[in-house]
Parts: sequence; C-alpha cells; structure tokens
Amino acid sequence: MSSAQIEIQLIASMVAIACAIPGVFLVLRKMALITDAISHSILPGIVIGFFITQDLSSPLLIILAAISGVITVVLVEFIQKTGLVKEDTAIGLVFPALFSIGVILIAQNANDVHLDIDAVLLGELAFAPFDRLTIGGQDVGPKSLWIIGTIVLITLGLLLAFFKELKVSTFDAGLASAMGLSPVIMHYGLMTISSITTVGAFDAVGAILVIALMIAPAATAYLLTNDLKKMLLLSVIFGVSSAIMGYWLAHILDTSISGSMTTVLGLIFLLVYLFAPSKGLFSVLYRQKQQRIEVSLLTFLLHLGNHQEEEERHVKHLNEHINWQKVQSKSVLDLALKNNMITIHKDIVTLTKKGETFTTEAIDYIVDNKNSEIENMKDRFFLFRG
Amino acid sequence: MNLKEYLELVFTDYTLRTITLGTAVLGAICGMLGSFAVLRKQSLLGDAISHAALPGIAIAFLIIGTKNSSVFLLGALISGLIGTFWIRGITSKTHLKSDTALGLILSLFFGFGMLLLTYIQKMPNANQAGLESYLFGQAATLLESDVWLMIIITGISLIILLLFWKELKLLLFDADYTKTLGFNTKFLDILITSFIVIAIVLGLQTVGVVLMSAMLLAPAAAARQWTNNLATMVVIAAIFGASSGVLGTAISASHNNLSTGPVIVLVAGVFVLFSFIFSPGRGLLFREIRFRKNRNDLQLHKTLSFMYDIARTHENISHPHAIKILNNFQGFTRKSLQELEDKNYVTIEGTMWSMTESGFRTASNLYNQLTKEGNE
Repeated sequence: MSSAQIEIQLIASMVAIACAIPGVFLVLRKMALITDAISHSILPGIVIGFFITQDLSSPLLIILAAISGVITVVLVEFIQKTGLVKEDTAIGLVFPALFSIGVILIAQNANDVHLDIDAVLLGELAFAPFDRLTIGGQDVGPKSLWIIGTIVLITLGLLLAFFKELKVSTFDAGLASAMGLSPVIMHYGLMTISSITTVGAFDAVGAILVIALMIAPAATAYLLTNDLKKMLLLSVIFGVSSAIMGYWLAHILDTSISGSMTTVLGLIFLLVYLFAPSKGLFSVLYRQKQQRIEVSLLTFLLHLGNHQEEEERHVKHLNEHINWQKVQSKSVLDLALKNNMITIHKDIVTLTKKGETFTTEAIDYIVDNKNSEIENMKDRFFLFRG
Repeated sequence: MNLKEYLELVFTDYTLRTITLGTAVLGAICGMLGSFAVLRKQSLLGDAISHAALPGIAIAFLIIGTKNSSVFLLGALISGLIGTFWIRGITSKTHLKSDTALGLILSLFFGFGMLLLTYIQKMPNANQAGLESYLFGQAATLLESDVWLMIIITGISLIILLLFWKELKLLLFDADYTKTLGFNTKFLDILITSFIVIAIVLGLQTVGVVLMSAMLLAPAAAARQWTNNLATMVVIAAIFGASSGVLGTAISASHNNLSTGPVIVLVAGVFVLFSFIFSPGRGLLFREIRFRKNRNDLQLHKTLSFMYDIARTHENISHPHAIKILNNFQGFTRKSLQELEDKNYVTIEGTMWSMTESGFRTASNLYNQLTKEGNE
C-alpha cells in the first residue's frame, strides 16, 4: 500500500465515523430525510463561498454551507408550521429549489469557476491526497483529512458531553423539556452538526453519498440492537468497514470510490435486513408464520373445548367446520398431539387435561388481554413449536 | 429577443418546439400524478425513486451496449419499482420508519448506480457519452420520438385515472373503507404507485434524477392551495406543471448558460410560493388578513361591551361619558372608536361619547350571548 492509499482509507474512515454518529440520532428521531435535504441544499452555500474564497476547502466555505443547511431546516419547519402542506412535502419543495439555485449559479459562472456539479455531488476521494496542507513549509498531510478529523473530534466531544441530554431528548422529548433541557437547542444543535458533517464530507464522498453514510450504518445497526451505545458503536463499525472494503472494491473494479463504498453499505444492509436475528426479514416472516399456527392451534383447541358431541370432534369434520385446508389442519393436529394437548381415539379428538388448562388460561388471556402473560404461557405449555 | 419572435421560434425551430412540447407534457403528467403522491403522503417517494432509477439505466446500457432511451426507460422503471417495493418491505416488515427506508433506498441505489456509471465510463466503448445527462437532465437531448412516447404514456395514464377515478379517490381519502367495500386495495395501490414511478422515469431525461421530485411535488402542492376538490386539484396541477415547463424552457432558451431543468424547477417553485401566499382560501396573506379582522372584531366587541356596562348603570342610555374613562381598557383605540361610530353604535361629541339605541341593543345581545354560553 502506498501512502496515498493509506491516506484515502483514513479519510474515508473518518468521514464514515463523522457521518455515523449524527446519523444514529437522525434515524432515531425519524428525521433521516432531512440529511437528504441538507446535502442537496448546501450547494448554493458552497457555490457562494467558492466565489468569495476561490478555494474548495476553506473554512469560510464550510461555514457558509453549514448556514445554508440550517436555513434549509428553518425553511422546512416554517412551511410545516403554516400547515399548508404535509411535512414531507415541505422537505421535497425546499431542497430542489435551493439546489436549482446552486446549479444555475454554477452554470452562470461556468467559465471562470473550477467547480463542477459532479464534483460537488459525487466527490472524488481519489484526488483528496493531492490537496496537501502545509504549515510553515512542512507537509502535514492532506487538507481534507484535517478538516474531517476536526469534525470527527468536535462531534465526538459533543457526543460525550451531551450524551445523556441527547438520549433523553431523542427518546422522550416531553421528559427532556420537563427536565429543563431545551428540545429546540438539541434539535438545532444536531441540525448544525449534521450540516457541518455533510459539508465536511462533500468533497470526499460527494453530497448525495453522505446520505448513505449517515442513514445506512445507523439503520443497519438499528436492526441489530435496541441499545443506543451499541447502536452508535455498531454503526461506526459498519461505516468504517464499508469505507475500507469499498475502497478496495473500487480499486479492483477501477470505479468511483464513493459509489463502491455505498454499494458495500448496501450489501451489508441487505444481509442484515434479510438475516438479522429477531428483526430481519426472514425471522419476521418465520415469527409471523409461527404466530399464525399458534392462533390456529388456539382456535382448534377452543373449538374442541366448546363441543362435547362426537360428530363435532371428528377429524374429518374439523376440516370442514373451521374451514381449513387439509395440510393446515394436519399440521395443527400434529402440533397439538406433539404437545400432548389432545388425544385421538378412532378419529375422535379429545382434549387432554393439559389441553383443557391451556384453553382456559388462553380464554382468560383473551379476556384480560395482557400482553405479558401470553409469552410465559407459551413457554409453560409448548415443548414443540410449529 | 422579444416575445413575438420567441413564439415564432417555438413553432419553427425543431429543437425548441420539441423541448417546449416535451416539458409541457411532462409537467402535465407530473402534476396529475403528483397530486396523488402529495395527498397520499408519498411526496418524497419521488425523490427516492428517481435516484433508485439510476442503476436501472446503467444496467440497461451494460446489457444492450448502446444508447436507446426507451430501453433506458424500461431499466429505470424496473429498478424504480424494485426500489419502491423494497421501501414497502422495509417499512412493513421491520421497525425502521418510512423516512429511513426512503433515505436508504435513495442513497444506496444511487451509490450503486454511480459505481456502474463510473465502471461504464472506463469501458472502451464510445457510446457511453451522455449517460451522465440523466443525473441532471438535459432537455436539449429530447427527440420527437421521446415526446411522442411521453404523450402516449400520458394518454394511457389519463385513461386509467378516469377508469379508476372513483376507486382511487376513495383509496386516497379512506383506505379502510375502500377495503370494506370489497375493492382490491393492493391492486389499486400498486396501480397508482406504478404510474407515479412511470411519471418519474419519464422526467429523468429532461430534469434529471436530482430535481425530479420537485417536478412531481411542486405543481401538486401549489394546486392544493386553490381547491379542496380532487378533480379540480388534478386539473390545476396539470396546468401548473405544463406552464412551468413552457415558461422554464422559454427562460432558459432566451439566456445563455441556463440549464432547463433547474429553471423549470424554480418556475414551479415560484408557482408554489405564489399559491402559498395569495390563494384565497388557505393562503398566508388572506389568513393573516382574516386573523387581523377577527382580532379587530373581537376588540370592537370588547369595547362595546365595556361601554354597555357603563351605559347600563344610567337611566338614559345615551348619557354622554368621557372618552378618557375608556383609557384603562385595553381594547380601545381611536380607530376602533371611529369604527363604532361608523357602525352607528355610538355617537361622539368632542371628548364625550354616548351610546345609541342600536348600539345598546347589539351590545345587550352580545352580552346575553356571552352569559348564556357562560351558563352552559
């Protein structure tokens, strides 16, 4: 590995960390799409800043862009407050307008500006190591590494300092304001940090892929855990590992680094989405199937409990009476048999003692409708599950 | 170039005519279907889908190896639909919320599309030039055949809309009721979503991936301010969309270095701003005026009832009182006093006021109303 390669991976990982931390809170606060809006609408800020400074990585540029990010948030909230349109429409109206202004500003001055929209939107990480920061004639590393490093430090510092406050205001805004924490300050603080991160990351990964780095690691982590600290840690890990893997994928395929980073993020999300224990697609589908069978079993047992007549309890009759297909009634019968809830004698089904207690308790549960009881009950009665 | 010359040019110049017609049709279909997106709270679905269409375009190019906009549209349509249904899957099967799902699909698909685009760019194949125009759109690349395609698809979607009008309307406002009536809500849902996806895909070539969502939203959001009737809203949105297409094309054609897509979006934005402020029913301006009028009315009534309280204690209700005694009462201003006099509730002579018969009656009615409500 050359030093440029190491530097690129370092910058990519830093960007991933800087994005993952605010991303977690945005996902939890259901404001993920505001990053979409911010990342588009910082464009006019960047363009105006660039006209003033003629330098894509000057701090003034970052400040101006962050301001236009915050302006976006304020505008969106203003439109939401008027109640003229729904909240997501407000987001969808504000950012294309600001983005258009940015595009037009660039196009109008295309001749004397070295700024092209592709670079802003898509970024080019591969060139980042060539823009070096020199202090007193000495080369201290790529400029963007310093910028994003500073942002990571600020974000981490703020996270550690305000962890408790952030946690409370994210999960219970009412409690937070009752405890004297201003939700408004928390909200705008988070928005400012998100804008600054977006701006800091834009020349590395491009404004649109910032969205991926903010949302995807957090969403992936959210599928795996419900603990805020674990979620933060996991999303940082996902971000960094996809940054490094993405770099090598881009190296092999000779493609854009930011594109392949996002693709790796997408693959990780897809895997977790499908296979995550308890929250993944497969386990949700499995659980839903299991619950369907459990409900069927309960219906079946209740039916048995209600009827003493023999013809109502005949195996064949059950098919017709509860309107089940053959396969389903067979699997329900099997399940009930395995769990010793019924006995079958000459095709006549009878509840066992265990079956009777289960049915009575199940009816009690249905009448009381307390969620906690059913899980205990299932554990006590079921040996085998569907 | 003045207006007349421009109009002549629109009818004579092939490129300008095609673009004007294309953007107008696009604006109309977007406005039409966008109304449904906005009312179904799927506003940002447009944004997600337009980004999600990118890998479809790239894959279509990888398969056929040449540029062909109808094949690209098909690719975009397929990947847009995959994106849409994945969003559905995420929101219905996991605890991730719709905003996260939208953002995920948007950015992940777009990133994958960028990966493919850069991969294509490195290929030794001269045909790939211009694929990037799908990112920001290039109305100038519109051909007459593209416009015909747009017109045909607009026609089809119009027919479908009219055929399923009643069902779609019902689904829009009361999905549960629609289901209990026995309509296949899943089918209707997929139908309208697919048409929204088609409209988005159609616009990619003209305004591009990034700005497409505004094309879908802005005309509908503007139209929403002028009416509470779905049919009217759809028509107005189509008109707004078409006119922002035409105006945007005109503005960008008459200036150098103005790309059409962003200008169209800004024109649509102006429509929205205008509607937000000036629409008579919901607009901010008239709302503020109504608000002020109500406040003034309230103050007037407060002053009147205060006067009534004083006048009541005298045998002659028209007994004059000093204006000064009203001073310790907040609702009183010189203007409101003047207004009371205009309404013939009081008469003013110098620094004295006295209540008239009609003012006393009005005030006592007011008073009765207040006490009655208080007792209830």
